[in-house]
Amino acid sequence: MSHILTVSGLKAAIGDTPILRGIDLVVPPGEIHAVMGPNGSGKSTLSYVLAGRADYEVTGGSATYGEADLLEMEPEARAAAGIFLAFQAPVELPGVNNANFLRTALNAQRRARGQDEIDAVAFLKLAREAGKRLSMPDDMLKRAVNVGFSGGEKKRNEVLQMALLKPSLAILDETDSGLDVDALRIVAEGVRALRAPDFSALVITHHQRLLEILVPDRVHVMSKGRIIRSGDAQLAREIEREGYSALIQEAA
Amino acid sequence: MSHDRRITPRLGSDAGALIAAFDAQREALGAAPVREAARGFLAEHGIPTRRSEAFRYTDLAALARFIAPGAQGAQAEARAGAILHPFLAAQGLADVARVVVVDGLVSAGLSVPSAEVATTLVEDADEPGEGALLALNAMLTRGGVSLSVEAGVAAGRMLLVHVALGGAAAAHPRHSLSLAEGASLELLEIDLGEDAYLHNSVFDITLAEDSALTHVRIQNAADEALSFATVRPVLQARARYEGFCLALGGTTARHEVRARLEGEAAIAHVNAAQLGRRDGQVLDLTSEIAHLAFDTRSLQTVKTVLDGRARGVFSGRIHVAREAQKTDGYQLNQALLLSDSAEMDARPELEIYADDVKCSHGVTIGALDEEQLFYMRSRGVPAAEAEALLVRAFLADVLSLVEAEASRGVLERVVDAWWAQA
Ligand SMILES: Nc1ncnc2c1ncn2[C@@H]1O[C@H](COP(=O)(O)OP(=O)(O)OP(=O)(O)O)[C@@H](O)[C@H]1O
Ligand SMILES: [Mg+2]
Repeated sequence: MSHILTVSGLKAAIGDTPILRGIDLVVPPGEIHAVMGPNGSGKSTLSYVLAGRADYEVTGGSATYGEADLLEMEPEARAAAGIFLAFQAPVELPGVNNANFLRTALNAQRRARGQDEIDAVAFLKLAREAGKRLSMPDDMLKRAVNVGFSGGEKKRNEVLQMALLKPSLAILDETDSGLDVDALRIVAEGVRALRAPDFSALVITHHQRLLEILVPDRVHVMSKGRIIRSGDAQLAREIEREGYSALIQEAA
Repeated sequence: MSHDRRITPRLGSDAGALIAAFDAQREALGAAPVREAARGFLAEHGIPTRRSEAFRYTDLAALARFIAPGAQGAQAEARAGAILHPFLAAQGLADVARVVVVDGLVSAGLSVPSAEVATTLVEDADEPGEGALLALNAMLTRGGVSLSVEAGVAAGRMLLVHVALGGAAAAHPRHSLSLAEGASLELLEIDLGEDAYLHNSVFDITLAEDSALTHVRIQNAADEALSFATVRPVLQARARYEGFCLALGGTTARHEVRARLEGEAAIAHVNAAQLGRRDGQVLDLTSEIAHLAFDTRSLQTVKTVLDGRARGVFSGRIHVAREAQKTDGYQLNQALLLSDSAEMDARPELEIYADDVKCSHGVTIGALDEEQLFYMRSRGVPAAEAEALLVRAFLADVLSLVEAEASRGVLERVVDAWWAQA
């Protein structure tokens, strides 16, 4: 069976500054992989490039999603194909109602896949239920997207979007940062509950706590735009104990 | 013999064609000293060119092309009805009392009288006016209506609709409205038309103490039209003028508000949304708000969305007289440019002679936010739909300033239709 995500030799730059310097990464279907690494090592950049953000120029390598050349697809096509990126810093959309936005997104994806649209009433029911499972305040659906949300509320809103859009590859960029202990548990268990043969995740995190609940199949460590080491869940515990410097020196 | 060698710089171009048009119609229009005075003004000053400060961005050179007197009679009325009725039906406005003006002439056949608003016909201007557009209107007007509401009466809703039939005709409607003490009215003014024409209306509004007018104008002129409107509200104590203009039609268009807050605690809102996208289209919102009494307030939010090679203009002057202490004046002007060739010119101007006032203005001009667009697209929303959502969001707060719900609904539908045509 083919991998859901295959990244080989991927290089990307902003202007003249290279940021990703050759990433090799394979995520098989049904697996959860963690990506760790010091600040500025390129983790968010990798997630943006996979989601299709235009300000990064891909300067080499490839990324395939199932059989498709991911780098050729528009961001909305990637989403419709099942890729979801939970942003490290979710974006505020003043004047855009959260529930409307979510329904617009869901229906756009359904249209792109040739499915029927979901009407406003049925959608609201789905959204309320999902919100309840994440212990979100009711009025978050009525407010403008992320506007005036606390840091933790923004992260929960990303998870709510993921729950409704049901991706087959979720990229979670530090979704655990800024969450209180209870929310972290809810989110981690929520992702764990999605574990299925047709769901994979790339979980970017600095913290062991999330990984204790999720138990990743693989852990990758990034430094200066490369993956310098991969291992099983043990690797994350080693990093928690000893930090990155030994790993980085070893790789150099 | 002495020679006066002083040369006054001429900022006007020749108004000859327009004056000749008047001379040819003089009989039909009926002799009136005001028309002659206006003719004299135009003969002396001409039509402002772009060297004149007030028309630096908005070119009046095309005015002279529109000299046909405009249609009248049963056939014109039938054609106007064919434009009017579908619009009213689509907006759920068919049953609302209305005054309909076709090519600058009030149409009794298409109008529906109101029980609360007294309506009489106006034939001439009562003054020639300072300024080319005002004088042109005074010289050539075929009249208009005078609306009035008695003291204490809440007159509800009424429409004032201008329909233009094209053929390079000129319409110069001349209206007045007066609300007596404590009266209120919601007036929805709508401009519709076909083909190429000139619309140049003058609207004088008198608001007595404690009266309140909501005046929503939808300038939906034909693509090839020149559309000018001058609105002059005068407010007595505690009166409220709630003005809103949605401008999207015309090749060159200006909505000009000259408000005078003469009574204590009078309040004027002069809000607008301008949506332009055609090559060479100019949408201009000009306002001059004079605070002339204690504790008066003016609030202004103008939002402009421009695509293609369209140009937007905002020139807003707030004047605060010495005796107008405690004035509160606020201007916010924001423009969203959807293309690199769109252009916005903003000229806020404060002229303050009192010392205890609060006046401020803010200007932002920018493109759509790439980060917001990417965020929306990463959720599967196609680029065009994401843009539409952001543009609607940009306009949401200015539209929400229209408290009259039914009128706001019409505005929202017209905005959506504009966007859907893209
Ligand atoms: N738009 C940009 N302009 C200039 N440099 C950038 C830009 N975006 C990212 N970088 C640089 O690229 C490098 C990688 O950034 P990235 O955000 O991918 O790191 P990260 O691994 O996610 O870090 P963190 O753990 O702090 O979130 C950093 O040095 C950053 O400063
Ligand atoms: Mg990051």
